[in-house]
Amino acid sequence: MLCMICQKNEATVHLTDVKDGKLKKVDVCASCAKAKGLDDPTGFALADLLMGLGASEEVAASAPEGEELACPACGFTQADFKKAGRLGCPECYQTFGEGLAGVLKTMHKGTRHMGKVPRGLKLGREVQERIQTMQRRLDEAIAVENYEEAARLRDQIKALKEDPSTVVTGGTP
Amino acid sequence: MNLHEFLTPPTELAQRSGPGDKIVMSSRVRLARNIVGFSFPGWAKKADRQRACEKLRAAVEGVPAMKDGFAESLEALTALDKQVLVERHLISREHAAKGAGSALILSRDESLCVMVNEEDHLRMQALLPGLQLREAWLTIDRLDSDLEQVLDYAFSRDLGYLTACPTNLGTGIRVSAMLHLPALVLDEQITQIIQAVNKLGLAVRGLYGEGTEALGNVFQVSNQMTLGESEAEIVERLNKVVAQIIEHEENARGRLLEKRPKVVFNHIGRAYGILANAHSVSSKEAINLLSLLRLGLDLGTLPGVSRMLVDELSMLTQPAHLQLRHSEKLSAEERDILRADMLREALRSVHRPVVPPAPPALDKPPTA
Ligand SMILES: [Zn+2]
Ligand SMILES: [Zn+2]
Repeated sequence: MLCMICQKNEATVHLTDVKDGKLKKVDVCASCAKAKGLDDPTGFALADLLMGLGASEEVAASAPEGEELACPACGFTQADFKKAGRLGCPECYQTFGEGLAGVLKTMHKGTRHMGKVPRGLKLGREVQERIQTMQRRLDEAIAVENYEEAARLRDQIKALKEDPSTVVTGGTP
Repeated sequence: MNLHEFLTPPTELAQRSGPGDKIVMSSRVRLARNIVGFSFPGWAKKADRQRACEKLRAAVEGVPAMKDGFAESLEALTALDKQVLVERHLISREHAAKGAGSALILSRDESLCVMVNEEDHLRMQALLPGLQLREAWLTIDRLDSDLEQVLDYAFSRDLGYLTACPTNLGTGIRVSAMLHLPALVLDEQITQIIQAVNKLGLAVRGLYGEGTEALGNVFQVSNQMTLGESEAEIVERLNKVVAQIIEHEENARGRLLEKRPKVVFNHIGRAYGILANAHSVSSKEAINLLSLLRLGLDLGTLPGVSRMLVDELSMLTQPAHLQLRHSEKLSAEERDILRADMLREALRSVHRPVVPPAPPALDKPPTA
């Protein structure tokens, strides 16, 4: 495969890039990669490239005409985002969230977090109590060989553990 | 205690071993975390950044895993200290460029390292020898769970852990394995392998030197996506891919020995010849030749020599580590001469490579 930039050398650097909200593979040679600053082994240059291209445009598009979107918590603006390729503070995700959604889709496997949840958020006292209650009912159901009920309870407990917010709308204990 | 008194001597470090460390040199899992109420380090005002740093540093130092560890502000470290840390893969080049308002905390055995105010408030990593991705994840998960009890993490139910750069959003996890793949390079299969791995959404980078050219045939494979998948899924995917790459490398070694033994032994013999006899060796050259020597060891051409010797030399011949052994400031030319002196001395009692008696059959690559 030839380098996309110089079309001369063999491409040895293969990166994923987002342009106009679309996923794109970048194949370049070592010297072009270096020239374009793509060779930082710690991997931050890629992020710069990503955000310098697709994301800033998306974010800009989401703002109403004529007024510049700024984060109320830290004062970060779209212009800053375009320049830095990073956000200003955690609150910025609220401010710029709409514009970021499209980019996140192309950048990641999904747009919803599926991983670890801090314990404090994951299992508040109410949730823990509810899980305990359901676990007791599950044990009872198994004891009387009511497997249908047991399966239902097991799924509910699993769902609850994965997403504790289901408890809020989750009906009676 | 200063950094150099604290750090494990290279001889001791080279003795650490892990499963599959013939090909997998190390496994690393890194998490990015931020706390609420503070701007990200790159945007925070200096005073706020320092306030956050103090808070974060105190929290990390208070965790049991960091007992007897090392903690220091980046401003208190010299340029040489920082480069040594980079050469040991403990901090990023980006972090090495930081000063006041950034810090570093290392656990006693250096398996845990936390960078404070790098791109995110916290970048914590577990680094283990050999193929131990699951163990590295469990180790860093524990540290993270301890920290979440004393720190208020910036977290959203939908987006997960909020990071300065959206590329790290969600789990904030970067799982990576450092692989020594000389046969895939010699057999010219490496480009194909890299492309195949890229298609799976994983990144492959050369590790040493300028990052993209794979000096020393060492490649780092890591995940790129952090959102929409659990940590365990990401770790497992990487595990699977690494296992396949190992198999390809083993097969390539077997095939090279069977089909092109002269090419392989020529490379190894020349590497030994230069390392054991040269009077000036650059850092790049040393990394590349030591990689071939390591291959020679794996293939049985250097009976009685331990891989630890090569691993130790790979570390000691890097510029900052070399400078450490000399009080006066060395120029690059002086370093090349001292590096060659050290290599000749270290290899004085190592006999020249032999051709191993019976090359293993193609369908049964060596596993020992
Ligand atoms: Zn090029
Ligand atoms: Zn903000």
